[in-house]
Amino acid sequence: MSQLTTPAAAVPAAPAKVGNRPGRSRRSPVKSLLLHGTLVIASLIALGPIVWVLLASFKPGYAVQSSELTLVKDPTLANYSYVLFDTNFPRWLLNSVIVAAFTMLIGIFFSATTGYAVSRFNFPGRRPLMMTFLITQMFPAAILIVPIYTIMARLGLINTLPALVIAYLTIAVPFCAWMLKGYFDSIPTSLDEAAALDGCGPFAIFWRVVLPLARPAIAVTAFYTFLTAWGEVMYASAFIQTDDTFTLAYGLQQFVPQFNPQWEYLTAAAVLVTVPAGVVFMIAQRHLVSGLTAGGTKG
Amino acid sequence: MTTVTAEPAPPSPPPGRSARPSRLRRSWEQHWYAWAMVLPVVIVLAVLIFYPLVRGIWISLTNLTEANQAAEICTRSITGGEVCAENPNRWEFVGLDNYINVLSGNVGDFWQWTGITLIWTLGCVVFHYGLGLGLAVMLNRPMRGRGLYRVLLVLPWAVPAFVSAFAWKFIFNERFGLANSLLTSLGIDSVDWFANQWTSLLTAIITNIWLGVPFMMVALLGGMQTIPGELYEAAEIDGASAWQRFRNITLPGLRPVSMTVILLGTIWTFNMFPIIFLVTEGQPAGETEILVTGAFRAAFEGIRNYSLASTYGVLILSILLVFSLFYRRALRKQGEVW
Repeated sequence: MSQLTTPAAAVPAAPAKVGNRPGRSRRSPVKSLLLHGTLVIASLIALGPIVWVLLASFKPGYAVQSSELTLVKDPTLANYSYVLFDTNFPRWLLNSVIVAAFTMLIGIFFSATTGYAVSRFNFPGRRPLMMTFLITQMFPAAILIVPIYTIMARLGLINTLPALVIAYLTIAVPFCAWMLKGYFDSIPTSLDEAAALDGCGPFAIFWRVVLPLARPAIAVTAFYTFLTAWGEVMYASAFIQTDDTFTLAYGLQQFVPQFNPQWEYLTAAAVLVTVPAGVVFMIAQRHLVSGLTAGGTKG
Repeated sequence: MTTVTAEPAPPSPPPGRSARPSRLRRSWEQHWYAWAMVLPVVIVLAVLIFYPLVRGIWISLTNLTEANQAAEICTRSITGGEVCAENPNRWEFVGLDNYINVLSGNVGDFWQWTGITLIWTLGCVVFHYGLGLGLAVMLNRPMRGRGLYRVLLVLPWAVPAFVSAFAWKFIFNERFGLANSLLTSLGIDSVDWFANQWTSLLTAIITNIWLGVPFMMVALLGGMQTIPGELYEAAEIDGASAWQRFRNITLPGLRPVSMTVILLGTIWTFNMFPIIFLVTEGQPAGETEILVTGAFRAAFEGIRNYSLASTYGVLILSILLVFSLFYRRALRKQGEVW
């Protein structure tokens, strides 16, 4: 496979300049205006719904539910204080952090080892495994819930956080292993061979040589696994039953009555759920492009 | 790609034994660490994906529901003891009845849901890819504020799906939503988005496009950065226009990435549960239900019908498998192998 990014070119802030295209100077003002105009509009669309919900979360209930178009109206923190103090919020937050963190750590470990094995060793069962990863993406989770519930019940894991971690791993790991495999492919095998000559075993090569070079892809894996676990509601609603084991995403849906949604509390809840995900995103975002690159190029 | 451990000379097999065991052992010695590395994932996938799959196929051939799953019905007698009798309506093997019921439309609206699913998938993937490609091309140029644009444009990816679903449902609310407020301020009548099949589906598609473009954009942007700059320089010296460079260098260079992300995007969108489930809720009257949500409601509302759920699951999986086989074959014909 002809991968042209060397891992050296893929270290953090590197995705900036590739391909010596005609520089800024050669673009006419009209074209420049068009380019920036389009990007500004696209950014506004990308940002709009988030900002709108954020603004609404500071409005009192009657202003949220009025058809009048206002950006700020009687700003208040009442929605937040209700969500934070009148619900089991701290507990849910803790649960979510635990589930997301374990999913992330175990997910990174499993997808990295699997991706590496599939990338480097031509062992019997390699191609079927790759196909399996693709096929697992085709399973409608809504339909898998019942059989998985039965298994979890048999293992005694219902209403525990490990059940969620395991379920989220099955969602996230196949894709991440696939993505990491693509990235490992772009790291020249000559590095492995050199390390082997120096007396490293296969595990040491993986741990000390390849893994450090794959930092951008690991960052994307971390982001993806974290997000999978953080925002998931369906499995959580099936496996979790009592208030003290709710995750944040599920818990915040729970306290709003289903037939009479209290939009003002929902907006505040949405903001509170999104903020931690946004923080993880900000940490991972500079690696996103280079990390996903190679993963996309080859399945 | 050869393995790097020195291979110990296989012990010569004792006379009279076939070569098979020693080949097995050699294979083991050569590959054990590869197997060890994939083993945990294989076990988890086998237990949580393949066991449910096999079980699902079996259940789809029975009439198992929540109501008839018990093997025995136990009743408490007056003396306090329990009397158990065999359940007369116990679930049983029914052959292909479930499939016939579903495909003939006796249960649920399989064909209508499939139609909506195809429109939904096609609409979403076309816009995901088109917009993703357009934005990636723009972001791939050197310009001021590029890093900022990139962060802002990728941001929707960081929002959990159910939060985006909620945000857009809020925006499309017919009484106080932003969309209608904007329409009325422009002098257009407000629209009751969820009262009509197509406007309702449109809201879901818009939500999903908003949600899915960043992934495509990032993947394609990454793909563009693997295209060597010399190609563009050479083309420019030869006098190729920007459009020609895009058609003849960028697009072919992106082919491998594109093929992968389109396949993944199609599968993901086909099975995208939360957006339809939370945004349109199937309104009006189940007319915007896609296969996964329709199946979920048909099977799990009221008495949980496990066999029906499994039947839908098997059908959905079959559609996607057939699709990816054709997709792969089409790529093979064009010399692409993955």
